[in-house]
Amino acid sequence: MLLESILMSWENIVKNKLRSFLTMLGIVIGVASIIALITIVQGATNSISNQVSELGANKVTVTAMGTPLKQGLNEEDISNISKVGNISGVSPTISGKTGIVYNGKVIENVAVQGKNDVYFNMDSSLLKTGRPINILDLDSKNQVAIIGNDIVNELFYGVNPLGKELMLNGTTYTVIGTLQGSSGFSMGSNNESVVIPYTTALRSLGVKNISSLDVFLEDTTLADDTVTEIKGVLNPAFNYKDNAYTIFNMGDMIESFESMMSMMSLLLAGIAAISLVVGGIGIMNMMLVSITERTTEIGLRKALGATPNRIQLQFVIEAIFLSVVGGLIGLVLGGVIAYTAATLIGTGFSISISTISLAVGFSGLVGIVFGYMPARKASRLNPIDALRSL
Amino acid sequence: MAEVLNMQNIFKSFYMGEEELEVLHDVNLTVNSGEFLSILGPSGSGKSTMMNIIGCLDVPTSGKYLLSGNDINELDEIELGFIRNKEIGFVFQSFQLLPRLSALQNVELPLIYAGLSSSDRKQRAAKILDRVGLSDKTRNLPNQLSGGQQQRVAIARALVTEPTILLADEPTGALDQKTGAQVMELFEELNHDGRTIIMITHDTDIARHAQRVVKILDGNLTEQGV
Repeated sequence: MLLESILMSWENIVKNKLRSFLTMLGIVIGVASIIALITIVQGATNSISNQVSELGANKVTVTAMGTPLKQGLNEEDISNISKVGNISGVSPTISGKTGIVYNGKVIENVAVQGKNDVYFNMDSSLLKTGRPINILDLDSKNQVAIIGNDIVNELFYGVNPLGKELMLNGTTYTVIGTLQGSSGFSMGSNNESVVIPYTTALRSLGVKNISSLDVFLEDTTLADDTVTEIKGVLNPAFNYKDNAYTIFNMGDMIESFESMMSMMSLLLAGIAAISLVVGGIGIMNMMLVSITERTTEIGLRKALGATPNRIQLQFVIEAIFLSVVGGLIGLVLGGVIAYTAATLIGTGFSISISTISLAVGFSGLVGIVFGYMPARKASRLNPIDALRSL
Repeated sequence: MAEVLNMQNIFKSFYMGEEELEVLHDVNLTVNSGEFLSILGPSGSGKSTMMNIIGCLDVPTSGKYLLSGNDINELDEIELGFIRNKEIGFVFQSFQLLPRLSALQNVELPLIYAGLSSSDRKQRAAKILDRVGLSDKTRNLPNQLSGGQQQRVAIARALVTEPTILLADEPTGALDQKTGAQVMELFEELNHDGRTIIMITHDTDIARHAQRVVKILDGNLTEQGV
């Protein structure tokens, strides 16, 4: 019985190809815009989140502004923070600027970063050649340096820099490694920096305090607890002064960014959904016209034994058919639009099953809701009046 | 002979605003299985209403109508649908074939509502089309058939459910005399095979093909010897 109704609906839709297509257009546009908007926003969100994650979602960063009495973090703070649970490593950063000299060539204003072994352990992709800074370097404040890609190109063009000695702020450092070049959008580009052991940096750069600290977490879901514990260590250290330091949680930022983006995609989808409703009204209109045209047919079918439910079912199925076919066309169209946009913008493209089922489900629902009233009207037609209208 | 239709004191009124219009007045009618009955009356006599009530498309204002033992007044819309499907085979003046469907598909239509499978429907529809002499036209659309052929498709459609009553409303009204006569011949044959037929007409000559004629005038039914 259902199959018969579907076949009959199909015949009617095919018979009025142009009209059916125009009716579907509302749904097509609605579904296509929902799919395209959600997919584009999701793709952009994912690729931005991924890029941010690369900078380290598994760490929190402590930045010290200091107080008059204590102008930054010191080694005691580092060792205290290391004792907090859920921490896999602490990597301090000491920043300075200085000129470097090699073989008579000079580069002014090079960013020098004092780091420790943890910095390299946490990200094995940092190092291109050579070896990382190790504990021995830190303990004995070795004068060793790992240099960025641009510096390699500028000072050591065509020469293997490993083992070479360069002058940094008047002292000799041995190059033990080179950094992997980073490209494009990246906040922590290392291309033009020199990394040395932070203990060496404290002594030779004339910096007395550690300005920032990357604290690596074992379990990022416990980040909030760990942040609280770190505060418990730092508050007494800074004598409970306000604004002495900030703790920046990258995971938090990604989370709030993602929730913002999902709000935005919901908003966009909501706007697009309005066009689905408009499309639904179009379907309702077409169904009403179709019922008026087929009054005699409905009367005849009733005379031949069609029950009201049967008539209603047929028209509801016809409305669902229109909207679901429209929904599927919209799905393909929206996918193509989203794919084109993703390719142009350069973000990833993936349509989730939930997006697809949302679109198809929603269009089916539109068919039921807007098909119900006309179908009910058809089922209530008096067969005598209907037959007489010929 | 078994009684298939029994009407007792049927009244039917319509309301035109405030005004009550009585269309059928105290109608009593009994039809036995295998009868060929004509209901003869001019337009406005109430014969269309009579046909609607017999065909269960409408219910009387008062009175009792038994069709194959079913009290029509007690049935709801859905049950009336089933009754029409099972008991009544309609033949309309203007054929009422669906223009998009082939002759075979048109004949299949009532069987869809009877819930038969596609293969059963095709078999039965083809058989009945053969019976009305259209076995070579099963694939034709209505507009590819002559008026007489269309009416025979409509008769096939009415017969395909093996209804208790074949109910024809001016079956020759849209046909020329010759094809009309052929349709009446077919009716006589069908009646000869045992089919109960009720035919509604305003044409005395057509009515004469039936064994029994009742006259309707201003809502009153009177028995008439042939």
